[in-house]
Amino acid sequence: MMVQQAAASGKSKPSVPAPPAASKRKKSLQRGETIAGFLFVSPMLLGVSILVLLPILATFVLSFADWNFVAGWDGIAWIGFDNFKGLLDDPLFLKSVRNNLIFLLSVPIYLIISMVLAILIDRYVYLKGYFKVAYFMPYISNIVAVAVVWQVLFQPSYGPINEMLKAIGFSNPPKWIADPNYALYSIMMISVWISIGFNMVVYIAGLQSIPRDLYEAADIDGAGALTKFRRITFPMLSPTTFFLMITGIISTFKIFDVIAVMTQGGPIGSTSMMVWYLYDQAFTNLKIGYASSVSAVLFLFVLLITIGQWGLQKKWVNY
Amino acid sequence: MVTQTKFDWRRGLVTVFMFALSILFLLPFVWMLVTSFKLETEVFTYPIQWIPKHWRIVENYKEVWFGDYPFYRYYWNSIKVGLATTLISCFVSSLAAYGFSKVQFKAGKYLFMIVLATYMVPGQATLVPQFILYRNIGLFDSHIGLILIGSFSVLGTFMLRQFFMGVHQEFIESAKIDGAGHFRIFWRIGFPLVKPAVATYAILRFIWTWNDYQNPLIFLRSDKLFTLTLAMQKFTSMSGEFYSLIMAAAVSAILPLFIVFVIGQKSVIEGIALGGVKG
Repeated sequence: MMVQQAAASGKSKPSVPAPPAASKRKKSLQRGETIAGFLFVSPMLLGVSILVLLPILATFVLSFADWNFVAGWDGIAWIGFDNFKGLLDDPLFLKSVRNNLIFLLSVPIYLIISMVLAILIDRYVYLKGYFKVAYFMPYISNIVAVAVVWQVLFQPSYGPINEMLKAIGFSNPPKWIADPNYALYSIMMISVWISIGFNMVVYIAGLQSIPRDLYEAADIDGAGALTKFRRITFPMLSPTTFFLMITGIISTFKIFDVIAVMTQGGPIGSTSMMVWYLYDQAFTNLKIGYASSVSAVLFLFVLLITIGQWGLQKKWVNY
Repeated sequence: MVTQTKFDWRRGLVTVFMFALSILFLLPFVWMLVTSFKLETEVFTYPIQWIPKHWRIVENYKEVWFGDYPFYRYYWNSIKVGLATTLISCFVSSLAAYGFSKVQFKAGKYLFMIVLATYMVPGQATLVPQFILYRNIGLFDSHIGLILIGSFSVLGTFMLRQFFMGVHQEFIESAKIDGAGHFRIFWRIGFPLVKPAVATYAILRFIWTWNDYQNPLIFLRSDKLFTLTLAMQKFTSMSGEFYSLIMAAAVSAILPLFIVFVIGQKSVIEGIALGGVKG
């Protein structure tokens, strides 16, 4: 009780003045709480400050610099907004942004597939456990191993996929990741394949939280499966869909592994995306300042999505 | 919804359809496994030989595990980095989660907002300064540096905070009246109550660390420190066209997580679902 009072007094002054002895005790108790609080959160706070807050500030500062890492601290030249102006004239950067935007398409695609699979698995199949594990396999698998397998499967001249396509009559199958026109879409396909497991599992959890009596009531009213989906399942899943869409969109901006392993941004920049471009500028070309300005743009994109999410949430999530 | 007392043919039909579809998800793994057993010259025969004509299991895996790029070493590195990251992350996260939910101090609210804000920062936007920092304080190209990078994810703090908020304040208060300090309460009451959640988070953190490619790529340089994902990538570029060996390496890289997943399946799926639904 005492402590609760003490805590409450921290937020708003109690109307009844406490007797002096108690108030003294309260104060020392509260100081104890404050010290304990700081001790508990300080390791995390320290880590986050050094490894996230400080670096993100540094990113913004460095985005105004022209600096080759090898030149040492003396080699820094401050050039204002030139990096950002440079980005706007940089065809490969613009292409990377465009690729990022195209990649957004993969999000609704895998959301739809995941939702359908989740409904089927949750309600209409035997052997639920097997299906959860089977569709989830790509998600837990090491991305490099998965990428290598797909690279081989997609191999244009003797890979199994093209052999199969040739066998069923396509005399000239696409060259997949070796063809600038198909490479990005091939990567998107793989990304859809990897993402389905995770999204499906979240959808299944969302489905299980829909109250059964809604469906029972619909049954009494003689609603068909489609009506039940349109009127109950889909709207009740909207918070889940919203959450998955936002995290999905943000994660497309962070795509790196699959590009680094499979295409290195090629062929001829057709699969370059922002994070790959950032990595390439920073760690291959050693243009620290320029790479930082890419980081800053990336950060702004994610920030805008996050802010937009708060605004949209109320409109979209309907119940 | 079907009430299942006897076999329902419609349900059976959907099951068959879903089974056919699931093959699409498993086939690449089956191909990987089968190829890892094969003689190199038989890898690309078409139609695909699902049962190898010549079995080369011992030779292929021996080459991968004890050859020029010895996988036992990278296994050890991955296990070391994975376990250490998981341990530190769980420790730091559960402390912070308790502090943010069960200790009532004014600054807590604001500090939590700071932590929350960092969640919005995409990890890649901080890579360059982190790299420079690491070069200057000697953490570059070391396991300790890699472990620290992975240990301060705020996601764990959020997840566990949710659970601590579910712990009744009365437990804490009555322990306090009995004269226990917060650390004792944390250790004796709080932590045991949220143990299942910590376990779930631990499995997830381990999977993520094990599969991480980006951080090892940037923060490690020496071959002997490589983790499995990085070694796998180097091995692929080194062995070029030896796909049977590459697939043996891939199977080796995936197998441990597959086992962890099958054993801890329930907690992994629940953890992801929970993180997902609660946001």
